[in-house]
Amino acid sequence: MKKYLSFFRIRFTYGLTYRAAALAGIVTQFAWGALEILMFKAFYDYNRASFPMDFSALTSYIWLQQALLALYMVWFFELELFDLIVSGNVAYELCRPISLYNMWFTRNMATRLSKAVLRAFPILIVAVLLPEPYGLSLPKDTKAAFWFLISLMLAFLVVIAFCMIVYIICFYTISSLGVRLLTSAISELLTGAVIPLPFFPEKLGKVVSYLPFASMQNLPLRIYGGDILGSEIYKGILLQVFWCAALVLTGKWMLSHALHKVTVQGG
Amino acid sequence: MRLYLKYFTIQLKSAMEYKTSFILTTIGQFLVSFNGFLGILFMFQRFHEIKGFRFSEILLCFSIVLMQFSLAECFARGFDGFASLLSNGSFDRIMVRPRNVILQVLGTRIELTRLGRMVQAIFMFVYGIAKSQVSWNVPRILAVIFMILGGTAVFFGLFLIYAALCFFTLEGLEFMNVLTDGAREFGKYPISIYGNKVLLFCTFLVPYALIQYYPLLYILGKSDKSFYLVLPLIACLFLIPCFHLWKFGIRHYKSTGS
Repeated sequence: MKKYLSFFRIRFTYGLTYRAAALAGIVTQFAWGALEILMFKAFYDYNRASFPMDFSALTSYIWLQQALLALYMVWFFELELFDLIVSGNVAYELCRPISLYNMWFTRNMATRLSKAVLRAFPILIVAVLLPEPYGLSLPKDTKAAFWFLISLMLAFLVVIAFCMIVYIICFYTISSLGVRLLTSAISELLTGAVIPLPFFPEKLGKVVSYLPFASMQNLPLRIYGGDILGSEIYKGILLQVFWCAALVLTGKWMLSHALHKVTVQGG
Repeated sequence: MRLYLKYFTIQLKSAMEYKTSFILTTIGQFLVSFNGFLGILFMFQRFHEIKGFRFSEILLCFSIVLMQFSLAECFARGFDGFASLLSNGSFDRIMVRPRNVILQVLGTRIELTRLGRMVQAIFMFVYGIAKSQVSWNVPRILAVIFMILGGTAVFFGLFLIYAALCFFTLEGLEFMNVLTDGAREFGKYPISIYGNKVLLFCTFLVPYALIQYYPLLYILGKSDKSFYLVLPLIACLFLIPCFHLWKFGIRHYKSTGS
């Protein structure tokens, strides 16, 4: 455990050094979130009855999404890992006396967390200060806040477990670009990054809500705004635990399978 | 121009060396922007109309913006990697050649895979035309052509600014993404839906509204002010300050030396 912790710390401080980039990112994400809210506002003003969420739940959703972008965007892959696999340098990683899966998992956690820590707070603070109904409101009650935090962490693990599978697929395909683009495009839509899942057509939305993608940002952000209530919360969390376990196990199995067959191209 | 054609064929040939990768990337580009389309589709199944615009009209708007963007991006992506040209010193090599600098930078990268977006844009455009019941006449067709030309010019100008700023910062500025990728993302709806302030910004500061909102009103017959037709051409004037910023940047250029 200790080795993973120190590995985590190294990667985390490494990520923290990019402060100027973070500042630019904050401004970008802020503008992005504001435009998105204005767009939904237009739809809301036009027809309130068809709007599937409370407007304040939606604005909270968007601000949290922008603030936590680094945690939840599936396309935030670590290109270095792909390079390791494709170039064969993964052999060095295999020499280390630690589990490859766990090491990469920690590494992903650290990179994403360090990015998120730098970016999240400024966005959240400004968003809280914005006037109603555009700003980020506080969670409805302590219960919502509690479950929000729990599912926030679970969602984070699900995202990384999913990304791990994408990395591992590259052991088989060699070129990473196709897989990367494909998974990015699909997950962008199904996690609710393009539009939140409640805006999907009803039947499709129902199906999508059981996929692992719905266990990512969708759940915590909607619990926060009070869009998911009562027993729905427990169902969602259970589903998250299930997907987290399933994806981790699949990933580990795929990795050991891949490593059995792996041929490192020499040189 | 002949030189650019030469660059173009070289890039085309090099892309064709890796055919599967080329096709996969093109498909990927297509899928990524297809999400934008699905987003609109889902929203309109629920709301049917927004601020007087119907689904087909929004598609027309989105497709034209997407065409403007992908055309500009296809040819001006050389500016995207400009930061690395500066930091690894290749720009010095470009400076000493007796040819136009901008042209050479453009030639460093021509991204034909971006045409995946173009394909989608054309599909949506055709669908939008078929469904939106626009009564076409010569000025309206001209308006579409002007929109595409003017829009490409504006996006080109933005890429140029992005590169020019690199002279001062030596790295790409993520903030510029709001003005380029953001405009593509949010330009799918007519700018007026974002409210008056955004519309004002997009009319006078960065002329998005001139290449999207106003001529669109004219094409859809929502406004009969015929001067809206030429606004996209006026938007081309945006290139002038962009170009000056670039010139100013070059004068300030100090080689990194590596």
